[in-house]
Amino acid sequence: MKDELSTLQQTVLKDYKYGFVTDIETDTVPKGLNEDVIRLISAKKKEPDWMLEWRLKAYAGWLKMEEPKWPNVAYPPIDYQDIIYYAAPQQKPSLNSIDDLDPELKRTFDKLGISLEEQKRLSGVAVDVVMDSVSVATSFKKQLEEIGIIFCSMGEAIQNHPELVKKYLGSVVPMTDNYFAALNSAVFTDGSFCYIPKGVRCPMELSTYFRINAENTGQFERTLIIAEDESYVSYLEGCTAPMRDENQLHAAVVELVALEKAEIKYSTVQNWYPGDKEGHGGIYNFVTKRGICQGYRSKISWTQVETGSAITWKYPSVILKGDSSIGEFYSIALTNNYQQADTGTKMIHLGKNTKSRIVSKGISAGFSNNSYRGLVRASKWATNARNYSQCDSLLLGDRCGAHTFPYIEVKNNSSVVEHEATTSKIGEDQLFYCKQRGIDSETAVALIVNGFAREVMNQLPMEFAVEAQKLLAINLEGSVG
Amino acid sequence: MIDLSYIQKRFDQLQASHPNDELASLRTEAFNRFTRLGIPGLRHEEWKYTNVSNLFNNEYQQALSASALSGIDQSFLDSIRLPGSTDADELFFVNGRFISSLSSIRSSNDELIVISLPEALKSDFAAIVKQHLGHSNRYLEDGIHALNTSFINDGVFIYVHPHLKQPGDLNRPLYFYHISDVRDNHILSQPRNLIFAAGGSRIQITETFATIGTMDNLSNQVLEVVVNKDAYVEYYKIQNTVNANQISTTHFHQTGKSYVHALSLTLNGGTIRNNTNLILDGEGCDSHLYGLYLINGRTHVDNHTLVDNRQPNCYSKELYKGIMDEYATGVFNGKIKVERLAQKTNAYQSNKNILLSDHASINTKPQLEIFADDVKCSHGCTVGTLDENAMFYLQARGIPQQNAKALLLKAFAMDILVQIKPDRLRNYVEQLISDRLLINE
Repeated sequence: MKDELSTLQQTVLKDYKYGFVTDIETDTVPKGLNEDVIRLISAKKKEPDWMLEWRLKAYAGWLKMEEPKWPNVAYPPIDYQDIIYYAAPQQKPSLNSIDDLDPELKRTFDKLGISLEEQKRLSGVAVDVVMDSVSVATSFKKQLEEIGIIFCSMGEAIQNHPELVKKYLGSVVPMTDNYFAALNSAVFTDGSFCYIPKGVRCPMELSTYFRINAENTGQFERTLIIAEDESYVSYLEGCTAPMRDENQLHAAVVELVALEKAEIKYSTVQNWYPGDKEGHGGIYNFVTKRGICQGYRSKISWTQVETGSAITWKYPSVILKGDSSIGEFYSIALTNNYQQADTGTKMIHLGKNTKSRIVSKGISAGFSNNSYRGLVRASKWATNARNYSQCDSLLLGDRCGAHTFPYIEVKNNSSVVEHEATTSKIGEDQLFYCKQRGIDSETAVALIVNGFAREVMNQLPMEFAVEAQKLLAINLEGSVG
Repeated sequence: MIDLSYIQKRFDQLQASHPNDELASLRTEAFNRFTRLGIPGLRHEEWKYTNVSNLFNNEYQQALSASALSGIDQSFLDSIRLPGSTDADELFFVNGRFISSLSSIRSSNDELIVISLPEALKSDFAAIVKQHLGHSNRYLEDGIHALNTSFINDGVFIYVHPHLKQPGDLNRPLYFYHISDVRDNHILSQPRNLIFAAGGSRIQITETFATIGTMDNLSNQVLEVVVNKDAYVEYYKIQNTVNANQISTTHFHQTGKSYVHALSLTLNGGTIRNNTNLILDGEGCDSHLYGLYLINGRTHVDNHTLVDNRQPNCYSKELYKGIMDEYATGVFNGKIKVERLAQKTNAYQSNKNILLSDHASINTKPQLEIFADDVKCSHGCTVGTLDENAMFYLQARGIPQQNAKALLLKAFAMDILVQIKPDRLRNYVEQLISDRLLINE
């Protein structure tokens, strides 16, 4: 206990710790979006024709669509012509080892607390670092290759495994699924690709650190994970971004495909720049994440800790198509100052005996608004579907808001769906209890919030759980009073 | 696209016949709103699961002249009368129009006053009516509610005086009978009434619906109830008419510390939409909201509730239960709003559903919007089917399957039935449900 508290105190920093700009020359295309920009991106990435056609088709679809207005968030209109759609850090054409990395880039990661060497040596985690849309370092690749796992950047996958990409890209999130997914499909620059062959249990946690760097660059990541029959993979995604005055747009797409008896565990810690205390600046995080349990007894589990971004608009979903498949969603969303979060999940039950579980914890402080928006749908054919949802909100301060919009649609009579939600504040008695024992109010609040979020924290892989706990404490700093 | 020109025609007729009416400006304003908003489609978030646009496709007559109403015979009226009607204040509305010749007000004038809305605007109550009529417009911003407001004319204003007898006594029950006479024409009836429960008054209101004839009918009915400080209001709504299409809005505005107990019961119908709003606009309000929908056939019931906590220290409890059989569809949308001022709010909401057939469906959305921090709010919702273990338990003890099922369903419904406080009304409803469960088997 004492250890935990002192770690908390050490890490309680007043301002955004990761706000700095790495001074690297970037290779950018002109501002704005039109067919030529898409052709240019495609050409720069040396993509085959079918990929370019796919992008152009998505772009044509995007032009016909309108920005969604239903989320419970407010922001000034985005000028899509004022965004640079491609920026790649300039570096030597190919890297033989991590030592060849641009020293400036390396220092950036050190400041973030990711030491590639150390990670490589100690923790057994393969890191595919994405900085400004291009993968700059990929480690442990060889070891993974030996057991047949393909883990590379999306760009490489398009070059080297076109048959897989062609088959699965856009199969879960169609290119014109929604406004931001269509935009992403047209202009995505890079991302991660992961393929786990039949019967393989991935021996290590795969992780990617996303980082937005060059000014005025929207980041459009595309991630695709395919787990073949009876395979298992756990994927970690962590995000931090430098401080910036202008709003930045992030519209990523993540697609997961789990085949028969496969299991995918996808964890996220998101701590992008949330804007300053007056609500200026910050990242717009409009993400489409969706997985499909394609096969019998497959399983997809989403875990997320959302503490950053000015606006979060994100609904990691699972389509439970295979019979007896399982979908899970664990989420902590913390908003402070003027942050807005509209997040939740969709569980679409199509197969028989499918199960899903939703645990969502929302914490709002300052002037922020935090919404849970979820859909549980049991179709006519999803006999014996089972869902349990729980969404709890904690309010810190009297200027913030917590909202719940659960949609439950059941179309057969053998399904059982349960939903419960509570909203409350930190009890005076709990605070009193802590203070009485010499714990100051700020630490006490951090302690209680961590307890509130424990159920979700437990789902995170070890290295993330520690980081996530620190993040909660840092983001709550100054909100107690 | 649906042709709504017949509505324009009816509106012009109404305005032409009552040009200098106090209500004319309210109607014009509402009609402009209606023309702007139109009939909500499925893309309207509040109407996502209920398609009403096709209901407006008929060329409905708005109301009949008074003479045409004579044809309703006494035996029909007796058949729809609620228990205890001989000792109640009964108000009859035919096609949305208040018929004083059929109604009987048994309370004395210092207990209860019933006058038509246009008259009320010329009486001492003018200020009250002006202040409160149309308060619901702020909460129901859709074309259908505006449409009702554009045709305000034939409704009544009821003033409930503070209670003078012994504490604990209620005034006589107040019964509303809404009859759609569709023997000759398709009818769109739009009753609109306002009840003002003065400070310290106690009243028990029941609304029920009936149809004569076989043509199409659509009722777009609104009741606004103003509940003042220390007033006590019980409200029951009983919907048990086959194929009746209804949009039924009940809007309670609690202006001071007061008590509201509202219950709606839906057993039969075509497409039904109930809007129940509770606006807690006084410190320390106590509000209870219950509902039961027990439906089969192709009945569609949509219960939309709103509890808007605007002042501190309010308590509200909401419980809706539904049983859907055959091709029935149920919708529940419960919204609890806690405004910034409303600290120390306690709000509970629960929605439980049983699906008995593979073709039945339920869409439920229990929603919380909270802007105050010192609150306790919770909501829960379940969807399921009959418990197999309970069925087995009963059958193992020699109870036939059919009876076991009826027993369990009745027990499920009982949570709501016990909330009907007047014994006579509760027994009447219990009988309706027992009959229904056995007939169904």
